[in-house]
Amino acid sequence: MLPIYWLLNMSFKTTNEILGGFSLYPHNFTFDNYAKILTDPSWYMGYVNSIEYVVINTVLSVSVALPAAYAFSRYRFLGDKHLFFWLLTNRMAPPAVFALPFFQLYSEVGLFDTPWAVALSHTLFNIPLAVWILEGFMSGVPKALDETAFVDGYSFWRFFLRIFIPTIAAGIGVACFFCFMFSWVELLLAKTLTAVAAKPIAAVMTKTASTSGYELGLLAAAGSLTLIPGAVVIYFVRNYIAKGFALGRV
Amino acid sequence: MALELKNVSKRVGAATHIHETSLVLEPGTFNVLLGTTLAGKTTLMQLMAGLERPTSGEIWFAGHNVTGVAVQKRNVSMVYQQFINYANFTVYDNIASPLRVAGISAREIDSRVNEAAELLRLSPMLKRRPSELSGGQQQRTAIARAIVKDSDIILLDEPLANLDYKLREELRDELPKLFAGRDCIVVYATTEPSEALLFGGKTATLFEGRVTQFGPTSEIYRHPNTLTSARVFSDPPINVAEVRKVNGDIILGDKVKWKVGRAAQALADGAYTIAIRPHHIIPTNGSQEKATIEGRVLVAELSGSESVIHFDMNGQTWVSQSHGIHPFEVGSTAKLHVDVDRSYFFDANGALVGGAG
Repeated sequence: MLPIYWLLNMSFKTTNEILGGFSLYPHNFTFDNYAKILTDPSWYMGYVNSIEYVVINTVLSVSVALPAAYAFSRYRFLGDKHLFFWLLTNRMAPPAVFALPFFQLYSEVGLFDTPWAVALSHTLFNIPLAVWILEGFMSGVPKALDETAFVDGYSFWRFFLRIFIPTIAAGIGVACFFCFMFSWVELLLAKTLTAVAAKPIAAVMTKTASTSGYELGLLAAAGSLTLIPGAVVIYFVRNYIAKGFALGRV
Repeated sequence: MALELKNVSKRVGAATHIHETSLVLEPGTFNVLLGTTLAGKTTLMQLMAGLERPTSGEIWFAGHNVTGVAVQKRNVSMVYQQFINYANFTVYDNIASPLRVAGISAREIDSRVNEAAELLRLSPMLKRRPSELSGGQQQRTAIARAIVKDSDIILLDEPLANLDYKLREELRDELPKLFAGRDCIVVYATTEPSEALLFGGKTATLFEGRVTQFGPTSEIYRHPNTLTSARVFSDPPINVAEVRKVNGDIILGDKVKWKVGRAAQALADGAYTIAIRPHHIIPTNGSQEKATIEGRVLVAELSGSESVIHFDMNGQTWVSQSHGIHPFEVGSTAKLHVDVDRSYFFDANGALVGGAG
């Protein structure tokens, strides 16, 4: 809690007060830092960009992972266990490894500096994670449910969308949460693959620190705002996460 | 409208789940698949439903080859041992779902759902979700969904196994009434011989992926064609021993000997396997001709109005099941009477050669 308090504390101070000396609470309480961020496009566009690629990434990852996870949980096919493990190993590589190939590839195909560039690069890590989480939830649903639906006359996709997805809603919530969080906190790829138009908030923050000296108050306010989306997402999926832990996959 | 399995088999990898099987199930009949766990009951049902394709053989329905027809197009219903319902639907929507998929008008759906709910006493729960119901009501919902669409074939895979004793009895009494007067083929899988006897109809005994016998239930019970069928259709396990027939006597071990009764009259002298149902070995001697055997008591269970005694018979565990309370000390020697006329004789291949139930 201390660093969070200190961040909030700093965000309501002027930069001069922060540098002036040690104080447990803001003596000259000010909203100027927040006002600046919320009115200056070079600041708030950072949030918009970040949220844009995070949402694209989450939707993309989970919707690709759903059928894949279904295949892993319901069918036995040649090399399924190896493929499942290989998917997970993608998750083990540091993002830096992929920064260069992505940069080069996206520059070639004209995706560079778009939200899609970041969203697509993050799927490399998030799809395996989402498949892994969803597979656990799906395997907890008896295959008899699928069979009952088919016997009742449901086609595969009708069953999948109308019955199966609502049944594993908790798992989808958990998978979305993890995709969102990874994409939200990942900096290296997001920074490398964008320049101006799609610059994420984390990149905006580091640049401000280096150009116009240290605007610590402003930086602290930006940091505080960055915590909000995570907190909001956690609030919405907290019950699902608890269930996810109970099912032993998260 | 009969369902015919023609030389159907199912192999998965190296394992054979169903050996070549031929069966004809007539419309309007209640058919019990009786066998232990892993005998192949569920696989056989999945083949009948069209959820699995047979490795070899054909499945015919109403004179058409339906082997490759998708399950959605077969007009079958299935109820599982686990209570399978659509968790995100209300009870009403659960029961209505097969009708909705079939594109039936809302008014007809409404009347049919209410009728099915009435039959299964679910009317007050129609607005609830399955998770808010008791286990018995959840299974009733699944059964209502199975009967609402007037299927040609209704498959019930141990539907009562997960219910507690009281609910099981209740639903077991209702089941035959639900299907009476319907022109569908009902297939009911169970591990309990008593359920097969209760439902009557026809029974197929299954053992290790083979249908060992199929016919009217009482017929199968009275005349098991093989030792295997007799074993499948007996709970507690049927008592088995090697005997010899010599000059009009049946000799069991070195002590027990009795005059040949009507069960073995026609048999030639020689070695046979005898099988005696537990309730034909009793502690009291009635008027009929009986052989007397002795054995060390291993376990004695008294349950309500029934006594079950497990005892050692020449190194094998035998079971006696009798009415009334007959206390025996564990370790003591029990003197028991065998109704020899009710025993079965099998030859070296396990085929029935003598005996009447």
